[in-house]
Amino acid sequence: MPEATAEPIVVVDDVHQSFGEVEVLKGVSFTVAKGGVVCIIGPSGSGKSTLLRCINGLVPIQRGSIRVANFDVHMLGSDKEKIALRKEVSMVFQQYNLFPHKTALQNVMMAPMHVLKENPGEVRERAIALLTKVGLAAKQDAYPGELSGGQQQRVAIARSLAMRPEVMLFDEVTAALDPETVKEVLNTIRGLAQEGMTCILVTHEMRFAREIADEVHFTDGGRIVESGPPAELFDRPQMDRTRAFLSQVL
Amino acid sequence: MPVLLPAAERLLRSAMRERASGARALQLTPAHGAALLVAFVLGCGIAQAQARSYDPSILATIWKWTPLLARGFAFNLAISFIAMAIGTVAGFFLGFAQISLFPAVKRGAWFTMHFFRNAPWLVLLFYCMFLLPFQVTVFGVTIPIPDWTKATLGLALPVMANVSEIVRGAIQSIPTTQWEAAASLAFNRRQTQWMIIFPQCIKRMLPPWMNLYAILTMSTVLASIVGVNEMMTLTQRALSAENRPGLLLAFYSYVLLWFFVYCYPIARWTVRLEARYAVRQ
Repeated sequence: MPEATAEPIVVVDDVHQSFGEVEVLKGVSFTVAKGGVVCIIGPSGSGKSTLLRCINGLVPIQRGSIRVANFDVHMLGSDKEKIALRKEVSMVFQQYNLFPHKTALQNVMMAPMHVLKENPGEVRERAIALLTKVGLAAKQDAYPGELSGGQQQRVAIARSLAMRPEVMLFDEVTAALDPETVKEVLNTIRGLAQEGMTCILVTHEMRFAREIADEVHFTDGGRIVESGPPAELFDRPQMDRTRAFLSQVL
Repeated sequence: MPVLLPAAERLLRSAMRERASGARALQLTPAHGAALLVAFVLGCGIAQAQARSYDPSILATIWKWTPLLARGFAFNLAISFIAMAIGTVAGFFLGFAQISLFPAVKRGAWFTMHFFRNAPWLVLLFYCMFLLPFQVTVFGVTIPIPDWTKATLGLALPVMANVSEIVRGAIQSIPTTQWEAAASLAFNRRQTQWMIIFPQCIKRMLPPWMNLYAILTMSTVLASIVGVNEMMTLTQRALSAENRPGLLLAFYSYVLLWFFVYCYPIARWTVRLEARYAVRQ
């Protein structure tokens, strides 16, 4: 198991989060090793997406601590500090959220150019290389509206990678795609994981989670109910709730 | 009653569109033009019937005054351009101030917007005419402020308030997921507003902005009340010079026709743009 030896890059400890009266996370703890791939599964409304948003500081937490690389996420106050964190932690969304007024290439180039202030020529080369990597070199001048869902999502992944993050967060990135295009996006993520990118995925693709994850967490009602390597969690779940969920989705 | 439902739906739709665009929609139809034309022809007929034997024909009279009226109309357009330019720039900043993260700025902008948007245009015009001095002295140099400048400023104020609502409405119509995506790519708020949110707003702002311009153009005649030499004032002068009460209807419908011919294409174009952008989004 990689996480037994490698140092953890993400440490989530007893995180509580609530929107007004509604408590979404009720004490969640887990760690991710550098280069590790962690999948979070569970029913809708169990707080999975909120958990990811807490990790890159989009959503503030009320109690507990989150440490990512050298950042204490729960302590970050100013926008400047949050921006420093987000240069290291990039997120890919369910609805792609590409910038519709920019071409695929411009979408990938924007953040490195304006946020990291890198040389436009170098950024361009890197962006084309990334689009080639996700299999969309031919579509670099297309606008998001001209691309299919799967293609948009791959551009979104390239856009996140262009920031050269330490950690990638994937928030149900295949949930809005039709079954045929799911594969092309999953292949892209698989490639990343094999290259040693630290990934945290919220997903409903159980077969994919089983194949790719080092560790799987099953969440329900704002808590992690059960964790373990995919082989154990999927084949020999210990908790009744996990068994009930898996019997529904597998 | 069920028969009222289509009408109610139509009203609801237009109300929603107006709320989204931040301005009331101008609905000029060819029927308006036709009605104006009828009024004009009727007016000419009345004038001709009332004419004394030695009066020149009504069309000749109108033709005689047309160069002067056209100069007045050019002045109306100049006022509308300048007021629109000032109002757009000021309204742009006021719109962004309305979504500021600083509560004081936000509340101040909200109050300013409501004050100038809900005050009658004529009242604002009078305010500017009578509260601004006719000249200012800066470092010993006396700069006169002509009436038309004050009138332009008076019209720019409600334009500013309406533009700020158009800007705010457009910004808030961009899905929050765009802000989230920008934030997770480490863009700061200013960069997000300028590079990501605002460029997407321009298309949505264009139709209501053009609509506002057409309304402004028609409102420039208000300046006649405070004595600016625009088309309406000159029409009154022409009428008193002619001293023929029969000319009233003919002359005023002639002026209206000028404005209709100028504003109708703008209104049609706005409707077309609205329809085109509605399909895309």
